[in-house]
Amino acid sequence: MLTIVGFGQSWNVALAIFNLCLISAVMSMGLNMQWGYAGLFNAGIMASTAIGGLTAMLISYSPVTKAWSVGGTSLSAALISLLLTIVAGILVWKKMAKGSKRSWSMTAVVLIGYAFIRFFYEEATFAIEAVDPAKTGFLGGLGLPILFSWLAGGLAAAGLAWLIGRIALGLRSDYFAIATLGISEIMISILKNEDWLSRGVKNVTGLARPVPYEVDLQQAEWFKNLVQWFYGTADDGSAVSADIMREAMQLSAGVFVKLCYSALFVTVVLIILGLATRALNSPWGRMMRAIRDNETAASAMGKDITSRHRQVFIIGSAVIGISGAMLTTLDGQFTPGSYIPLRFTFLIWVMVIIGGSGNNLGAIIGAFITWFVWIEAEPSALWLVSQINVFLAESNPLRQHLQEVAPHMRMVLMGLIMVLVLRFRPKGILPEEAPDHY
Amino acid sequence: MTYLIGENLTGGYGGPDIIKDCTLSVDKGEIVVVVGPNGAGKSTAMKALLGMLKLHGGSVKLDGQDITGMTTQQRVARGMAFVPQNQNVFVTMTVEENLEMGAYLRHDDITENKEQVYDLFPILKTKRRQVAGELSGGQRQQVAVGRALMTKPTVLMLDEPTAGVSPIVMDELFDRIIEVKRSGIAILMVEQNARQALNIADRGFVLVTGENRFTDTGEALLANEEVRKSFLGG
Amino acid sequence: MDYSTDLLNALVLITNYVLIPSISYGSQLALGAVGVTLVFGILRFANFAHGEMMAFGTMATIFITWWFQSMGVSMGVFPTALLALPFAILITTLLAVAIDRSVFSFYRASKSKPVTFVVASVGVMFMLNGLVRILIGTDEIIFRDGQKFLIKAGAFKKMTGLSEGLALKQTQVLTFVLAVIAVLALFWFLQRTRTGKAMRAFSDNEDLALLSGINPELVVMVTWIIAASLATLAGVLYGLDKSFKPMVYFHLLLPIFAAAIVGGIGQPLGAILGGYVVAFSEITATYAFKKFIKYIAPSDFAPEGLTQFLTTEYKFAVSFFILVLVLLVRPTGILRGRVL
Repeated sequence: MLTIVGFGQSWNVALAIFNLCLISAVMSMGLNMQWGYAGLFNAGIMASTAIGGLTAMLISYSPVTKAWSVGGTSLSAALISLLLTIVAGILVWKKMAKGSKRSWSMTAVVLIGYAFIRFFYEEATFAIEAVDPAKTGFLGGLGLPILFSWLAGGLAAAGLAWLIGRIALGLRSDYFAIATLGISEIMISILKNEDWLSRGVKNVTGLARPVPYEVDLQQAEWFKNLVQWFYGTADDGSAVSADIMREAMQLSAGVFVKLCYSALFVTVVLIILGLATRALNSPWGRMMRAIRDNETAASAMGKDITSRHRQVFIIGSAVIGISGAMLTTLDGQFTPGSYIPLRFTFLIWVMVIIGGSGNNLGAIIGAFITWFVWIEAEPSALWLVSQINVFLAESNPLRQHLQEVAPHMRMVLMGLIMVLVLRFRPKGILPEEAPDHY
Repeated sequence: MTYLIGENLTGGYGGPDIIKDCTLSVDKGEIVVVVGPNGAGKSTAMKALLGMLKLHGGSVKLDGQDITGMTTQQRVARGMAFVPQNQNVFVTMTVEENLEMGAYLRHDDITENKEQVYDLFPILKTKRRQVAGELSGGQRQQVAVGRALMTKPTVLMLDEPTAGVSPIVMDELFDRIIEVKRSGIAILMVEQNARQALNIADRGFVLVTGENRFTDTGEALLANEEVRKSFLGG
Repeated sequence: MDYSTDLLNALVLITNYVLIPSISYGSQLALGAVGVTLVFGILRFANFAHGEMMAFGTMATIFITWWFQSMGVSMGVFPTALLALPFAILITTLLAVAIDRSVFSFYRASKSKPVTFVVASVGVMFMLNGLVRILIGTDEIIFRDGQKFLIKAGAFKKMTGLSEGLALKQTQVLTFVLAVIAVLALFWFLQRTRTGKAMRAFSDNEDLALLSGINPELVVMVTWIIAASLATLAGVLYGLDKSFKPMVYFHLLLPIFAAAIVGGIGQPLGAILGGYVVAFSEITATYAFKKFIKYIAPSDFAPEGLTQFLTTEYKFAVSFFILVLVLLVRPTGILRGRVL
């Protein structure tokens, strides 16, 4: 399929889709652990993706020293006030007897603490956001190589998942779904509005890449030779004109960069696939599935379901967090505004459902198919619309409307695929392998 | 000819067969009690009559007509009423509404019927605006039986109606059930309190591991040495 | 100015910016939450497509409104959309029943786990989401016509001589009145009619309802009809009050779920209470109390910041916070609903 796109549209497009397919594969493997292994309905996948992306940005962007110097102190003060409030709150909760007196003291502690936090916080954000707002206006990051962030993104997502798990696990699936949905919405609002942290909707662009830049490649001698060799043999030795050569250089540079990314991503996918498959077939994986299939029996056998669920939820979220960091790396920018639940939560669901929940390879295949359809549905719909529009007059308002809304065809298509698969092939393309015995 | 009969019933809930070649029957104006040890398939046998499990063999006849292929709902519409052991009332609805729901399928005037139930269980009349979830265990059982009677059944099936109620309440409930029988309704009852139940029974079935072991009149079963030893505790 | 005028001003201020908006927003949430809670009570799953159903109903209303407007039909001072509403409700109802027949009834028949229904409803959400955008686009649409204000801020100031104005939009009053009518009608239906009682019985104890001869398919169909009608009404009132934007309706899902859970899931009355609780909290938490404090505080004291608990961007957080609080403190909700 991708080969067809390669020849039909361009290799650049094909590879771009391929890379996103790989990232999607990581996401869907992460969800597959939560849903396929343990039956957790996580409707807040986006939160993990976003925190992974944030980490990538924070790790790689160079620190904005000026912002630290003007806002650092008050921000620390805000943080200290937060910690003090928490400590005071815990003390009040533990030391005082239950009753209205305790409730009132608790309220007072929280309100006073909140006032202090807000005071320092506002001072800090005001100062930080005033630092060269057109370019920075935020604290920046650590200035480390972005590849580190893949691991760090996973850890950050795991931490967030632990917090979410504390609140929402142990509830029935519907509550859990709603709670996770809520958390992901909040997460995104934070990223969009806390400019001092993430520049909000102003985006952070120009993140350092782990792979060479196209412009540099075109200057590099070895790359020139490579292209020459590649095209030279294709053209049975005859010299290639300079014009074609320049074009070939540009094209090849793009392809080469994308191939570098692909290599990195394939490595990650393979590692995670290997680990996930081993985990699934280990006693731990069998226990997870046993819990999923019969919670009552499992808990009667003395399994602590909630903590098992928390485990798998954290691991799955970490994997999704890694994919979030990968995505930001690939984009080279962090854009909080681009995180929308349909794309980052529910599309992943389509992937897992189509691929076959409980089957890692299935999750990867589902990710590839879903992402491919998602991307290619848009040009297909536009093509379809243009075919219809042949029959419509230039001035027909319907014509323009159709042109505008064509991209939304893919929503309907995705929903349709999801419902149809769920109904007629509920186990997906690659069904879960029959559990050996447990 | 017996009014309701399930012959040679074999089946279970999808897994292994719980009842094997089991036969139960009840006639109008008669109380039939099914007793047996735990796990003997008593409730399952009764549910088989109601079409609530998968049968591999046997047939169910109501008033001479084969109803084996009918759904539970169709059987209910034909006059079979069932009082489950647990969750047998609508806890969020008032006593009166519970009775009305029992009469859901009927489109005639139900006030007379309601009065009959209130005559049978006078306590319910005083509590008729109260939510059923707030009633005591015994009163709930009365509501449950009342709800079943509102369908104007020809057969009333009760799954352990006295489970979890005090002996006094149990005696009273049995008295009421005898009263119901006198109105010409066939009563089939699964009971854990075998001795008391057989006392009021016209006939009794003793089931063991899903099969008929003894079938006789209530009196005869009570007198039977072996039944007494094995199932009635001496 | 003396202190009593200040107090009056403060009161007007709070009424204008917190009380009135909360009541109308709360009514809209309540109508949505009742639909969610009914579907949950009868079909036993959280319907993720509910927000999109609201968007669909509103869209249908807008199209019919435009059609009426093009024919010159209007309702004078009232918005034309009210005239279109019944037709839109009919269309949305048909859609909901069709979706149930084609998607959900299968899982009912095969007695699937609740979570399968939820996943299926996500698929439905996708489809409706795309459908609405294809039909009407993604732009913001204002379809309100007729008289906008019942009381204008300026006129109020002139009338009372206070420095704070009080504006009352017609849509706010309409929202409240229509919500009350809808809710009363619903309760009359649930408490007094045979089918309504059957619905309650089914929600209470499904097996026993079946043993009583209640037809499950009828109950399910009526549930969808009510849910779709209320969703359309809620969506239209929200759209009249603010504007119609398909994106916004997806985001309403969270406060609506929060309202349903806060009230006690499966409890229509609780859902209504929940709707107002969520709306009040959301608006109070994001309202800047600066001016209010200036009025009630003695003499010249004025707080420095806006004295706003949260910026408006975090209103989701409010619904979520309430949700978590209820889960931790009283998982059954205000009115002892089902524990999920």
